[in-house]
Amino acid sequence: MLIIDCPYCGERDETEFSYGGEAGIARPQHPESLTDAEWADYLFMRSNPRGPHRELWNHAQGCRRWFVAVRDTVTYRFSETAALQAGASGDAE
Amino acid sequence: MQNSRLPSGGRIDRKRPLNFRFNGHRLQGYAGDTLASALIANDVAVVGRGFKYHRPRGIIGSGAEEPNAIIQLGRGATAEPALRATQVELYEGLEASSVKGWPGVKFDLGAINDWAGAALAAGFYYKTFMRPAKLWKFYEHFIRRSAGLGTAPSLPDPDTYSHRNAHCDVMVVGAGPAGLAAAVTAARDGARVIIADEQSEFGGSLLASRESIDGLAAPDWVALQCRTLTNSKNVTLLPGSSVFGYYDYNFLGILQQCAIEPGAQNPGRIRQRLWRVRAKQVVLAQGAFERPLVFCNNDRPGIMLASAVSTYVNRYAVRPGRRAVVFTNNDSAYQASLDLHRAGVNVRCVVDSRPGGAGQIAESLREAAIPVHCGSIITNAYGRKRISAVEVARLDLSQRETLECDLLAMSGGWSPAVHLHSQAGGSIHWDDDRHCFVPAPSVQPNRSVGACNGTWTLATCLLEGHEAGLAAARNSGQRLPRDQFERTVSAAPKPANDAANEHATTPLWRVPGARDPERLPKQFVDYQNDTTVSDIRLAAREGYTSIEHLKRYTALGFGTDQGKLGNINGMAILAECLGKPVSAIGTTTFRPPYTPVSFGACAGESIGSLYDPVRKTAIHRWHEDQKAHFEPVGQWLRPSHYPVNGEDLQSAVQRECIATRNSVGIMDASTLGKIDVRGPDACKFLEWIYTHNVSKLPVGRCAYGIMLGEDGMIKDDGVMSRLGEQHFYVTTTTGGAAGVLAWMEKWLQTEWPQLRVHLTSMTEHYSTIAVAGPNSGRVIEKLGCDVDMSREAFPFMTFRSGNLAGVPVTLSRVSFSGELAFEINIDSRHALDTWLKLMEAGREFGITPYGTETMHVLRAEKGYVIVGQDTDGSVTPVDLRMNWLLSKDKDFLGKRSLARSDCKRSDRKQFVGLKAIDGKTVVAEGAQLVTGQPGRIPARIPIPIAGHVSSSYYSAVLQKPIALGLIRAGHTRVGETVLAIGSNGVEVPVEIVSPVFYDPKGERQNVQ
Ligand SMILES: [Zn+2]
Repeated sequence: MLIIDCPYCGERDETEFSYGGEAGIARPQHPESLTDAEWADYLFMRSNPRGPHRELWNHAQGCRRWFVAVRDTVTYRFSETAALQAGASGDAE
Repeated sequence: MQNSRLPSGGRIDRKRPLNFRFNGHRLQGYAGDTLASALIANDVAVVGRGFKYHRPRGIIGSGAEEPNAIIQLGRGATAEPALRATQVELYEGLEASSVKGWPGVKFDLGAINDWAGAALAAGFYYKTFMRPAKLWKFYEHFIRRSAGLGTAPSLPDPDTYSHRNAHCDVMVVGAGPAGLAAAVTAARDGARVIIADEQSEFGGSLLASRESIDGLAAPDWVALQCRTLTNSKNVTLLPGSSVFGYYDYNFLGILQQCAIEPGAQNPGRIRQRLWRVRAKQVVLAQGAFERPLVFCNNDRPGIMLASAVSTYVNRYAVRPGRRAVVFTNNDSAYQASLDLHRAGVNVRCVVDSRPGGAGQIAESLREAAIPVHCGSIITNAYGRKRISAVEVARLDLSQRETLECDLLAMSGGWSPAVHLHSQAGGSIHWDDDRHCFVPAPSVQPNRSVGACNGTWTLATCLLEGHEAGLAAARNSGQRLPRDQFERTVSAAPKPANDAANEHATTPLWRVPGARDPERLPKQFVDYQNDTTVSDIRLAAREGYTSIEHLKRYTALGFGTDQGKLGNINGMAILAECLGKPVSAIGTTTFRPPYTPVSFGACAGESIGSLYDPVRKTAIHRWHEDQKAHFEPVGQWLRPSHYPVNGEDLQSAVQRECIATRNSVGIMDASTLGKIDVRGPDACKFLEWIYTHNVSKLPVGRCAYGIMLGEDGMIKDDGVMSRLGEQHFYVTTTTGGAAGVLAWMEKWLQTEWPQLRVHLTSMTEHYSTIAVAGPNSGRVIEKLGCDVDMSREAFPFMTFRSGNLAGVPVTLSRVSFSGELAFEINIDSRHALDTWLKLMEAGREFGITPYGTETMHVLRAEKGYVIVGQDTDGSVTPVDLRMNWLLSKDKDFLGKRSLARSDCKRSDRKQFVGLKAIDGKTVVAEGAQLVTGQPGRIPARIPIPIAGHVSSSYYSAVLQKPIALGLIRAGHTRVGETVLAIGSNGVEVPVEIVSPVFYDPKGERQNVQ
């Protein structure tokens, strides 16, 4: 079981968290102007890398805040967790 | 009669004899025995049958590595399959039976397989399963009966199981010399230590050792360390506890055997406890497994591992034989010959494959006058149910000689127990000097010490343990100041026999034979899976040259055994076939659990009423008093119906429906999800979430709303009330409440953090009472209500705040039944009181409580969908003909997806009503809808499914069955007859109709 470092609460067991998929998938500003393929890209396509993966986690059984984490999909190690920056789609940059 | 019990010695309590049964025989052992040692004391040689060839098998080992003595413990509710007799502590009244072999251990049908062995060579099962499927029906009965490792109990387990979470600085796995040294040292540094050992007594190999440490006999040294640990407040000792899994972030699973005896004699007593430990540092000191030697008939009862022989003699004071031969390729087995000799067993000789023989220990054998044949091997064993003789030869197979004996102690060297290191993600590498896999550097904070690190001498094991305990304690956090620490932590323990001059192990992966292995009697590599040398050679010939493929083809290392004894020999034999070094073969993956874990322990306390929390509404007690029937909805318990005078479900629902339609019904709707949405941007936020025009909703009005996922599919629905310009109150389905709130939060936090909106769950704070029917308004008025209930002052889809019987409430004029209806939202503290007053006031109108069943019928009569029943995550609002809810003036979540080509297909499954042609049949919910005439379904396999029935009831007010469903292009097929086919296969012709069955003009919600 993983340990996840909530930026608001500190280290907690994985069971307190829920996973929210890849981070940085911004919702398009004008969906109606997109082609089906462009919309499908936003809707369905994810990077699924081998190695570090930027993803969203929610401290569901704690502070209920969403945050960004970088997790290695091979070793399951978290190298970083950070609060969301005001902006878009959990993109901390 | 314990014929093979030694007259003295052992760590057993001779004052406490214990009676037990094995395969129906009454036998006796002593407290402190394992089932295995007690069986040896009683001369039971055959304890099971081989898995595939059903050959008689005896006890080989003394611990977790035992492959043969797999037994079924107890019977009935407390039966436990697949246990190792070597790990079962004896208790009074124990009942055990062999699980292998059918119909019995002594006479075994499957033994015919032994003579017909060629048919069952490697890949037999694999090939059988892949070959004509028809034949499988024939094999299955036979194979299923004759294979398997026990029978699962069919009754509920009366025992109690528990879970415990724990944190520690240093977790020590294994309480042999290295583990004890590590734990004592770490504890002295003040670290919080947990030390676990799978045996009921700490000490590991030292319990059967004749060495001395720090001037104490080994068992006394163990006792001293245990006292030190027990007296340390910062140490938790877990004997009888198997560390079965090592997971990410130093998280370990431990199965603790709290009570050895199963059964409910002691209510509340914990049988097993599953520990979930998070450790800062881990010291792995699990020891090593002795390897068997591979020669002809090496599976015969009476052939044992040399270390197990020492354990049985020294620790349990039993004699595994009367005339013994020892066969080894290393020094360690010499000790077994000395132990046997001291116990009065006639040791005929030690057969050592190494031309140079052993080091220093060989002198002790000379003193004991035990002959040693160096450069010699055992080539065959004779005797079926117990060996009677072995064949000894020189390495070049010359000078063959038959030696009579009933015990062969063997040692093929040692394999470190690298399982947990490997589970933790660490790799292992082959050591060409020690001829075994040893741990490579760890990837998690752990250290392997002692024999599991490939360290064989006691002095080095103790030193490694001491140093690892020190390092682990220091790395887990600084406690004692340095000078104090150095004073406290003394030097590593030292054994008397410090500089043992050992001769190296010489590999002997399989004993050479005069002919090819295929033409000699079977030479077993993996006892539990009956994998032989020829199986491995066959697999290699057929191209299964990767160790992972070999494993799957021959079953080497499968099952509960996980290759503890056989894997290394198997890999080396494969390497020989391929002409490669062993290091080039690699090893298979080690996976948890290391030893089996019972389902009871996995479930722990989470069974029965503790399986999942139950949520009850504020009015629940009243429903119970009325003997309502309940159904679980999510975690909630909701009344499904209120039978009176012994009514069945159908009659109760019909009565409740009619009463509501004709006068007034009342329902506890408190489980609806309720979310308070407020803030300057509340309206803007809800515009994204809901499909309708939220900004156009005036304060004081309600609106039905749906929300879609970004994929355009219906996610949830409910009623939105606008309490103020910046304040909304929305309801969700009962099951969707938590998910919808979390989903809204995600959008708010991740996509629109600039929006100033607060979301608060109100589900428990407010109770909701639905009063429905033509007399609903009158009942509410009777309670004393300062809201003008007239139709004009209080129109449909509005809400009013006021006082009802002196209690502040919000009344909403909304309807899920099509009748005039009100929802009373009230502080949960007042809910039951108000409910009682409504029942009292409604008596003159025959007010009737109704449950979820009636609610479902009433809404289905009106064609209202229930999200999750009539939808399934693949239904768009267009499929439901809810286009009127989709705003054209704004974007909302999922809007763009509705324009995707798939959502615009004309043959999508669409929402329709269904009417049974015979006017009588209530079709089954879930029935498939098929295009065609009765008895004339197009003969295509599979039959094309056009749709399914999602809701189906008998409507009391219409006096006929009604149903709702989804069917391809349904909106254009009204009037067509299709077939509904349920699981009983009966074809019911149904006509596609409008989903609104009752009051299509919607006049009833304004009935005065
Ligand atoms: Zn948190």
